[in-house]
Amino acid sequence: MSRLLPLFAFLVLVGLFGFGIWWNTRHDQHEIVSPLIDKPAPAFALPVLGEPSRTVDKASLLGKPYFLNVFASWCIECVHEHPILMTEMKQLGLPLVGFNYKDDPQAATAWLADHGNPFDVIVADRDGRTGIDFGVYAAPETFLVDAKGVIRYKRIGPITPEVLDTEIRPAVAALAKEAP
Amino acid sequence: MRSRALLWLALCLLPALAVAQAIQPLPFRNRAEEVRFQKLSAELRCPMCQNETLADSNAPIAHDLRRQVFEMIQAGKSDEEIKAFLVARYSQFVLYKPPVEPSTWLLWFGPAVLLVAGGIVVAIQVRRRARQAPASAPANDTEDDW
Repeated sequence: MSRLLPLFAFLVLVGLFGFGIWWNTRHDQHEIVSPLIDKPAPAFALPVLGEPSRTVDKASLLGKPYFLNVFASWCIECVHEHPILMTEMKQLGLPLVGFNYKDDPQAATAWLADHGNPFDVIVADRDGRTGIDFGVYAAPETFLVDAKGVIRYKRIGPITPEVLDTEIRPAVAALAKEAP
Repeated sequence: MRSRALLWLALCLLPALAVAQAIQPLPFRNRAEEVRFQKLSAELRCPMCQNETLADSNAPIAHDLRRQVFEMIQAGKSDEEIKAFLVARYSQFVLYKPPVEPSTWLLWFGPAVLLVAGGIVVAIQVRRRARQAPASAPANDTEDDW
């Protein structure tokens, strides 16, 4: 028995390292699971991009689930994500709220003019303070907020066709099942 | 020749410039507050850059969070309150020193448990061998027996 002990120890290490490799192939190490999931979205009141006199707050968005997509004109991955926002994400039938993160309003407007505007409304967080409340640390990030204002899902990084099918559609379907 | 020397000097000073930009002077009220800020931002981890402290990182989010920490210090918040604020938004990932709680027991005590377990195994082996040694003939020591 004690002769086999080193072998067991070795096998345990093999298992541990194997698990590490398996885990890393399935998880992006740059992704921090948001502690805000299944918690109420933070209260916010932000000016609308291009219409600084108009503000949109959390309360005004209640009643219907929506996506909150963090984007910026300086964000490289946002360009890659953009086509899927214009097509599949819009077709999901939920409002797309743009969260223009730490951006120059003119640059953001020009960027949208260049690439197309998939958003129903865009709020501008110029100094990134509301972003901190949402736990945003980069762009793009996408939140799914339900009708009661609870964050149900968060995607860190661009939405890819795979993420759309494996994560976002099921999350939307789960919401639809709840609603009468 | 001289212009080349100047160029070298300029190149050598470039990193200093980068550092000067990274650490923006914050209007601390006194030295104690500055020390507290430095200590706190060295214990917090930048969410975007994985293995840099808030104090070290040049990432935009690190800059924003440093400002947030500074403002919370100014507002009279305790270190615990500031950490709780960041954990609520960025999870315990932001803490370089996670709290001792059931989910982190393995992290805190795992190495000690492994060390003790290893020590016990070694002790048992040594004792067993010491008991067997007088019984076996000294000529046997070429046998590969562990």
